[in-house]
Amino acid sequence: MTINEKQDELIEDFELFDDQLDKTQYIIDLGKKLSPIAEDYKTDENLIRGCQSKVWLHSEMRGDVVHFEADSEPTAQISKGLVSLLIKILSDEKPEDVANADLYFIDKIGMSSIITSRRAGGLASMIARMKEFAQRATEKVS
Amino acid sequence: MLDIQKIRQDFPILNEVINGKPLVYFDNAATTQKPLPVLNALTRYYEHYNANIHRGIHHLAEKATSAFEASRHKIQTFLNARHVEEIIFTYGTTDGINLVAQSYGRTFLKEGDEIIISTMEHHSNIVPWQMLCEEKGCVLRVIPINDEGELLMDEYEKMLSEKTKFVSVVHVSNALGTINPVAEIIEKAHAVGAKVLIDGAQASSHIDIDVQALDCDFYVFSLHKLYGPTGMGALYGKKDILNAMPPYRGGGEMIKEVTFAKTTYSDLPYKFEAGTPNIADVVAAYTAVEYVETLGKKQIADYEHELLVYGTDALNTIGGLRLVGTAKEKVSVISFVMDGIHPQDVGVILDQQGIAVRTGHHCTQPLMQRLGIPGTSRASFAVYNTKEEIDKLVVGLERVKKMLS
Ligand SMILES: Cc1ncc(COP(=O)(O)O)c(C=O)c1O
Repeated sequence: MTINEKQDELIEDFELFDDQLDKTQYIIDLGKKLSPIAEDYKTDENLIRGCQSKVWLHSEMRGDVVHFEADSEPTAQISKGLVSLLIKILSDEKPEDVANADLYFIDKIGMSSIITSRRAGGLASMIARMKEFAQRATEKVS
Repeated sequence: MLDIQKIRQDFPILNEVINGKPLVYFDNAATTQKPLPVLNALTRYYEHYNANIHRGIHHLAEKATSAFEASRHKIQTFLNARHVEEIIFTYGTTDGINLVAQSYGRTFLKEGDEIIISTMEHHSNIVPWQMLCEEKGCVLRVIPINDEGELLMDEYEKMLSEKTKFVSVVHVSNALGTINPVAEIIEKAHAVGAKVLIDGAQASSHIDIDVQALDCDFYVFSLHKLYGPTGMGALYGKKDILNAMPPYRGGGEMIKEVTFAKTTYSDLPYKFEAGTPNIADVVAAYTAVEYVETLGKKQIADYEHELLVYGTDALNTIGGLRLVGTAKEKVSVISFVMDGIHPQDVGVILDQQGIAVRTGHHCTQPLMQRLGIPGTSRASFAVYNTKEEIDKLVVGLERVKKMLS
């Protein structure tokens, strides 16, 4: 599936809920399913700044795709859910696709209340970090 | 007895619907909502007599000037200051503290002098003193607290010496609700010859303030936490001390005469009010203070205490919830943490139910470090809040627990 197909699928999933709380519950549950990352990856370098809560993001090349893994401090379940959405959409895709992705799902899932404000700082830094890694990977390849 | 339903009608914002649910506004320690009389005062000013003050001789300028000065008188009586020129308009509490640190501190404090603050200070009452200490080589000392969130007064006494030149403490903690024994703090500081500033940001809307009875040297507060407009506050200072202090911002109303050789400054209070002030908001502040006076501070405090007791009992029924800040003397602020749940997640899920609380460190990071927590969720009540709203908070928090378990 392409990045956009994955986004469209996610948008459809969210259309099933008309209540914000149900959407949030869905995000929390997705976060719970995120595979844990190795403790070694929870470094200062991998820590994303800009959120009230702590999130670590690890990026690596696996063959010709970029692979992302992330985790949050145990109590920050909504942050973990949000990063799991990004991973669902961007992980294991070609670096140039990640670098150029237009992440329109963020507006479309209608979760402005948790994605705006301070948390947006965190989400935006996560996206920036993912794209930066992908961009550097494309430069190495070419 | 206050008629709360009638009071609520004065606050149009309370009719807002958030995420399909009626707004429950419990973030009053950050800023209170504004009643219709205050909103009308603002509009009336802009519609009928907007003009720059003090300089003009035309009708509007005169009307604006007298409304502006009427506010000063209002705040003088509100604080029970002896002289009207002891009231300086500022942009808020933070601005007032900076004024004192920069003007009084830079002039009268020197290397090795000690400044005492407390563990529960807002960053606004920490950073200006740290900046001064760095510049002048003064030493910052910090009064410790107990686990309930009360100042250790005997530790404070031990700290006091002839080296102590300034004490700056919060009247009421924004993060914990603790009411500090400021009269005693002031008396003990004066006994060693130190000057005292009280940060009244959280006290002004809940507690009767009498600066003469307290005998504090400076008192600062913000109008936006007192049902008034944002961007304005007041600094009270004893006249002889203010007179001895140099202005710290130059330009505009603060001068008597300017030549390229020398400038002479205006008298109090104008020497501290450089530039065009926030006229509309100063004017509307009159109405905010009047609104509070009409309801009655005592009546407001009694009702809020009822909410505090009701809220404390109600939240204590929620398993895994722990109150942070359990001082014997408290205003209507309830800070809490929930087992295994990040305060930010609490805030987000409550918001989706229309309930506005504050989460995080509340600009008191050193306090959070002392308590060993990253932050809390905080519900703070104002006169327009109700027990029914607290019931909604309890339901909301049960939902938070269920979603995150
Ligand atoms: C205790 C205390 N001090 C200072 C401030 C700063 O007030 P302002 O932002 O109005 O300058 C606040 C506001 O939250 C406060 O609660």
